[in-house]
Amino acid sequence: MSRPVGLAGGRSDGSATSPGIGPLGKPATRRGTEAWLLGFAAVIMTSALVLVEANQEQELTWAIVWYGLAYFGVFLIAHVAVRRWAPYADPLILPSVAVLNGLGLVMIYRIDLALAAKAEQIGTTHTGDAPKQVIWTAIALALFLAVLILIKDHRTLTRYGYTCGLVGLVALALPALLPRSLSEINGAKVWIKLGFFSIQPGEFAKILLMIFFAAFLVSKRDLFMSAGKRVLGMELPRARDMGPIVIAAGVCLGIFVLQKDLGPALLFFGVVLVLLYVATERFIWVLLGLTLFSVGCVIAYSLFTHVQQRVANWIDPLATYDQPGGGYQIAQGLFGLGTGGVFGTGLGSGRPETVPAANTDFITAAIGEELGFVGLAAVLMIYLLLAMRGLRGALAVRDTFGKLLGGGLAFAIALQVFIIVGGVTKLIPMTGITTPFLSYGGSSLLANYILVALLLRISDAARRPRKPQKPRPQQPAIAEQHTVMVQAPDGPGGKS
Amino acid sequence: MNTPLRRVGLAMLAMVALLLANATYIQVVDADDYRDDPRNQRVLLEEYSRQRGQIIARDGKILAHSRATGGRYEYQRRYPNGPMFAPVTGYYSLRYGSGGMEHAENEILAGNDARLLVRRLSDMFTGRDPRGGHVRLTIDPRAQEAAYRAMVERGHRGAVVALRPDTGEILAMVSVPSYDPNQLASHDGRKQERAWIRWNCDPDSDSGCREHGNPMRNRAIQEFYPPGSTFKLVVAAAALENGATKDTKVESAASVVLPGTRTSLSNFAGTPCPGSTLEAALAHSCNTAFSKLAAELGADKLRETAENFGIGIDDLEIPMSVVPSHLGELASDAELYQAAIGQRDVRLTPLQDALLSATIANRGMAMRPQLVRELLAPALSSLDEFEPEELTGEPALSAENAEVLRDMMIKSEQNTRGAGAYSHLKIASKTGTAEHGARPKETPPHAWYTAFAPYDDPKVAVAVIVESGGKHGDLAATGGALASEIGRITMAAVLEGDQ
Repeated sequence: MSRPVGLAGGRSDGSATSPGIGPLGKPATRRGTEAWLLGFAAVIMTSALVLVEANQEQELTWAIVWYGLAYFGVFLIAHVAVRRWAPYADPLILPSVAVLNGLGLVMIYRIDLALAAKAEQIGTTHTGDAPKQVIWTAIALALFLAVLILIKDHRTLTRYGYTCGLVGLVALALPALLPRSLSEINGAKVWIKLGFFSIQPGEFAKILLMIFFAAFLVSKRDLFMSAGKRVLGMELPRARDMGPIVIAAGVCLGIFVLQKDLGPALLFFGVVLVLLYVATERFIWVLLGLTLFSVGCVIAYSLFTHVQQRVANWIDPLATYDQPGGGYQIAQGLFGLGTGGVFGTGLGSGRPETVPAANTDFITAAIGEELGFVGLAAVLMIYLLLAMRGLRGALAVRDTFGKLLGGGLAFAIALQVFIIVGGVTKLIPMTGITTPFLSYGGSSLLANYILVALLLRISDAARRPRKPQKPRPQQPAIAEQHTVMVQAPDGPGGKS
Repeated sequence: MNTPLRRVGLAMLAMVALLLANATYIQVVDADDYRDDPRNQRVLLEEYSRQRGQIIARDGKILAHSRATGGRYEYQRRYPNGPMFAPVTGYYSLRYGSGGMEHAENEILAGNDARLLVRRLSDMFTGRDPRGGHVRLTIDPRAQEAAYRAMVERGHRGAVVALRPDTGEILAMVSVPSYDPNQLASHDGRKQERAWIRWNCDPDSDSGCREHGNPMRNRAIQEFYPPGSTFKLVVAAAALENGATKDTKVESAASVVLPGTRTSLSNFAGTPCPGSTLEAALAHSCNTAFSKLAAELGADKLRETAENFGIGIDDLEIPMSVVPSHLGELASDAELYQAAIGQRDVRLTPLQDALLSATIANRGMAMRPQLVRELLAPALSSLDEFEPEELTGEPALSAENAEVLRDMMIKSEQNTRGAGAYSHLKIASKTGTAEHGARPKETPPHAWYTAFAPYDDPKVAVAVIVESGGKHGDLAATGGALASEIGRITMAAVLEGDQ
């Protein structure tokens, strides 16, 4: 992985970016690896586009090559920014994102073609989603740069912990409080309409609340560490320390009731549980949280008919196929996955548009149909790689806040993928959340690029050589002790 | 804090492993079930990119074929003379699936049938596009055209079925009003939808569509009607089988009282029967005679004979499935009285009614009706050929009794009115006029005619039903006046073709 790359070295202007182990024993930045992998991602994306055009009998033009180059160019800008502002960041994270984003764009374009043909059949027209998603990608990358440039050190975020929490809560609650005309699209009251475009503040609230929880847990960590009563050999936390988890549960319930959907609530609650567990190192929190969640699920199931419907659709989507709000969509997704089989129908040769919401919630069904199990597995492995590299940054970083936030962000990606792909493939009941980087939608893309920028920032801090002459102001001593003890002085990445 | 972080990493691994395992289950283990689910539209779309086989008539005339369009859906289904042959071909629609023969023989037409497998593999290696096989029907296009035009020109609603008595081959199957399958096969989605709504709307909610008369229902096999006097053939056969002769004395009164009630049942026009033998009763269609005869026979004997005519078989497929005809409960003598003249709960499909004549024409043995003569590979070599088959294996009546009944039917034909009574056709027939509806005396009756010809060497058997008194809704309509003409025209078309 650490092979020297001449091209990257040649282009670089600073000594810090020289490939390999530098003369002063500095760890390699591996920015060259990143550049090559980004090029590889652009090749994959361009080939995918060629396949789609060929199979859809579109005219093959040189324009495709320009698309590929433009795509590479955009990510090259991101790469240069990383080189400049986060030189030690993990080299696999950005290319993973580039592949997923590129594949998503190709899939959205491919479904546009099919929907346009379908619309022509019934005499209407279909406005393509792909151009809009390209614009969102550009905006997202701009935001990505802004986060990298503005947040020089992730620890400064701890200062804004409570602000983040407050803004996050307001963002979460805002669509529910605004009148329908300003906040409802297709029956989902989770939007803020801003003239030309709309955003889902919930996507951003997710990250803000994660920052708040990480900062809060770091500052109050010793409280949670203190023992309460012992019951059955396990130390129960004291009642007054239960505050945060109760708040988290309350917020989740709020999200759930407002959005009528379990997905975002499940995602948020899962991440908070992991943050609590990592901060306290006590598994009892996970047990407590899961118990609380199970109780919540049972209550939701008995109270809300739409939850019962979702569960029925999950148990047998073919049986509820014809019911209103029944298993039609999931069944269509399964038909697509089954038709794709192991190797898929080939990009552009399937019928993914048959599944409702093929370019948003069910984009993994489209991938499974056209690229087969092999393609779906590859996509899942890229997600795993992305999450694992994020986690690796969290393991290696020296401060508690960075560990918590990095771990939480990495887990958020994995959990989100699990919830949505699990829903599409009938592993768990379907809940509507987006597939990170793949599915169509601006807010999700923007938020996930911010998330990735933070992960890069943390991994940069993890691998950046320490400057011994200027020790940084430490976090509370108790919090820092563990990590300092287990860290090898020169072990970026550690063992994971 | 690194220990819990590593455990979180393990949890992430586990989640992805679970997703992969589940995806394996869906896409590898269960994949075939999902792929082959009839609700999976992809299969139909896939079929559209392959040249579907033709449906051709007995003489090779093309009834349905696929034409290359050069569009997104590569082939479009065309039906020359769509409405005339629609009850035979069915339809094939992108949006609404398929029906009729298109549905019943879909495996062959689409090229998915196992019998086409070897050819499909060789097509794969030689690089030819796989194509569907063809279906050759038993339909005689001249008879079909004659019967269809006769019905449409007179403005009737109803059905005509013509059979070959000795093989059961269906020579004509007409259902009027009909629909144009070309419109359902259109690649213009709006056109498809308009056509589908026009021909399928719920008759209760929209008075406008009652005018269209539910054209997509194949009246010949999917609809049953009270058979009226044509059912007397079954009663007569049962009587002959149980010892009666053509000279057996029967009731000749103008009316009888239904046992256990005060309702009376009278002859047509309320006159006494011109004769008192079984032969005269059938020739003049005397109701009272057959009511008493049926009651004397009893339900069991009547049912036994009826079953060997095919009434009550519930899995008949031609290969489209045929609605089973039935006799009803026959619980009391009163019920038997009414059932004997084809009223009460007796219901026959027009196909079953044609089978009555065909069975008598075939010396008492009912042959299984069939619409497919041959299945052909894409290159027109034969895959499977139709072979005549006995319907139940038991004759409905003996050859001698069949001859006696035939002679009675010849006399009946001589008493039948209606145009086109061509003596040279040598017809044996029975008419029927069936009351129906909630207020039978005020509803125009269904007019029936079932016959075969020539009586000395039967080549064709027909059944005709003209619903509700025909075009003018005539309360005094009779089978003789309305239906016989159409039956004769149909038989003439078949017999002329044979010469």
